[in-house]
Amino acid sequence: MLECRGLEKRAYDLFMQNLVKGTSHLGLGQEAVAAGFGTAMRPDDYTFCTYRGHNHTLVRGVPMTAILGELMGRACGLLRGKGGSMHLTSIQHGVMGSYAIVGAHLPIAAGAALSAQYRKTQQVTTAFFGDGTTNIGAFHEALNLAVVWKLPVVFVCENNLYMEYTPIEQVTAVKNPAADRAAAYGLKPILIDGNDVDVVYETALAAYEKARSGDGPSLIEAQTYRHGGHSRADPGKYRPSEEVEAWLARDPITNYRARLEKLGIDGETLGRIEADVQAAVDLATETAKESPKPPLEIAGIDVWADGGAEWRN
Amino acid sequence: MSVTLVQAVTMALARAMEQDDRVLLLGQDIGVNGGVFRATDGLFKKFGDRRVLDTPISESAIIGSSIGMAAQGLRPVAEIQFMGFLYAGLDQLLSHAGRLRSRTRGRLSCPMVIRTPFGGGIRAPEHHADSLESILAHSPGIRVVIPSSPSRAYGLLLSAIQDPDPVVFMEPIRLYRGSKEPVNDDGGGLPLDTCFVLREGRDVTLVTWGNCVIEVSEAADQLEEEGISAEIIDVASISRLDMDTIFGSVERTGRCVIVHEAALTAGFGAEIAARLADEGLLSLRAPVKRVGGFDTAYPLYRLENHYLPTTHRILEACRAVLDFE
Ligand SMILES: Cc1ncc(C[n+]2csc(CCOP(=O)(O)OP(=O)(O)O)c2C)c(N)n1
Ligand SMILES: [Mg+2]
Repeated sequence: MLECRGLEKRAYDLFMQNLVKGTSHLGLGQEAVAAGFGTAMRPDDYTFCTYRGHNHTLVRGVPMTAILGELMGRACGLLRGKGGSMHLTSIQHGVMGSYAIVGAHLPIAAGAALSAQYRKTQQVTTAFFGDGTTNIGAFHEALNLAVVWKLPVVFVCENNLYMEYTPIEQVTAVKNPAADRAAAYGLKPILIDGNDVDVVYETALAAYEKARSGDGPSLIEAQTYRHGGHSRADPGKYRPSEEVEAWLARDPITNYRARLEKLGIDGETLGRIEADVQAAVDLATETAKESPKPPLEIAGIDVWADGGAEWRN
Repeated sequence: MSVTLVQAVTMALARAMEQDDRVLLLGQDIGVNGGVFRATDGLFKKFGDRRVLDTPISESAIIGSSIGMAAQGLRPVAEIQFMGFLYAGLDQLLSHAGRLRSRTRGRLSCPMVIRTPFGGGIRAPEHHADSLESILAHSPGIRVVIPSSPSRAYGLLLSAIQDPDPVVFMEPIRLYRGSKEPVNDDGGGLPLDTCFVLREGRDVTLVTWGNCVIEVSEAADQLEEEGISAEIIDVASISRLDMDTIFGSVERTGRCVIVHEAALTAGFGAEIAARLADEGLLSLRAPVKRVGGFDTAYPLYRLENHYLPTTHRILEACRAVLDFE
């Protein structure tokens, strides 16, 4: 969680320094979901995430340099600077892609799960998405298919209460956008505190166990909150300040630190971990900054299987 | 009042809603929040939640329900946040909105508008920068209209809303706030079936639309310094296309360069070039040249200036047709 927070805070700073351009979507405040699931996964499991996917990518063990480099459009980036913040992918870490189109990855995740089922590899696929995503057809199509085919896939809805700027309750037929729909697909409703990393971890373990034993998919709704706006362009002014205050008080990292201290882990040890993470973020930043910018030609390659696609004009 | 293109859109929407209470708006975050580009700013306050509807993230339902509303007497104007998100609703648009009239032998029609920002230049990759005019133009029954100035945005949008057929109104992102011009809020529409001649010239015809008017104008300025007079035609109505204006111009200049942001292969420039070859061959004194995006996905920010037709590439094409013997 600390690494996620450190990385994304740094991503924000780099944007302010104009080293990261375009837009990007931060998961500050939502780290416990990515961390809890990431920790419960097997190294060869698959994840699919959204444009808000820096954390979900990092928790699979992808080096910070490769993520920051990708954000900055550098040659050391995961995709050599060609994908950017919204398309982070690292096959070797099981990060099968980030998708900027709402819901697009859910049927794709079902397909990946079918492939694992077919090959009998015991790999489980996890697909992360937001509350707003439960209102697009692809969500419902993917769930139905996953249940019908008993696929080893775990759908994780991070309910941060807002789609982009609109409160999710204003545009959704049910109160809990994912959990209340589970029954429609014959699934058990699972609604958890997405800011409590222990709860997330336990829930993930159970879902993975179920999937690996051939008992099919799970749909989990994790309640959480993003500390900032939807994207770089959004100051998030549409949210009542009491609501923001209340959720800041439920910061997953602060609360987990308090729990660890209560369990007897001394402040010095925790402080050292924090310092180590900060040092790692700093080092990754410097390394990425020194990495060259990729040549223009990379836009024209890999369009077709022969590697080519000369630009035609 | 001097306004930007996006403000002209807001003005036209407000005017249409005042004039006709069958007009209502729907889309993601367009109500209280005024939309991601603020094109519906203030309209929720003014017209209330029965006429400005915040929708879920359901492109298919946004377009599908617009069809139902339109066929039953309303005049919906839907917003799709970025043109690349239109794919999720394309089935409703292409298979139904565009065909309802012919399928029902004219008994049902779809007087609806889909507004959507398109094109690159704001450092947002792929779907956030797509230009899909040729996909839409390829489908029968759907008008495709693209303004390139605040006053044309105002007039064309009003006409689009009044038009009895479905219209996709593509709003050029780079021009949203690029410049201001006085727009008279008089409710006056502009014709949907004509090109606009932005500049008259004798030596070469530059045909373009939307965002690219910026670079095309720069190229024409530069040619003028060299003593070459370029005519600029803003197609504005991709479908249905006004070829007469283009034929007329090419008859005088004998040379034509077509510039668009979408990928070159099967881009809409190919259609115009084919029609020139078909019916305007004897006017041409040089082959028609096209300048467009590359046949790749729209790239990330470091490469996008290279992807978009630059003034330099437009000038090269102009020189090639001017020097042709
Ligand atoms: C098909 C489609 N429609 C619209 C968008 C624009 N958009 C990007 S993120 C977003 C909100 C998604 O909300 P949610 O699923 O709750 O995820 P969150 O951003 O809160 O993590 C929208 C509407 C999109 N990317 N794709
Ligand atoms: Mg959300």
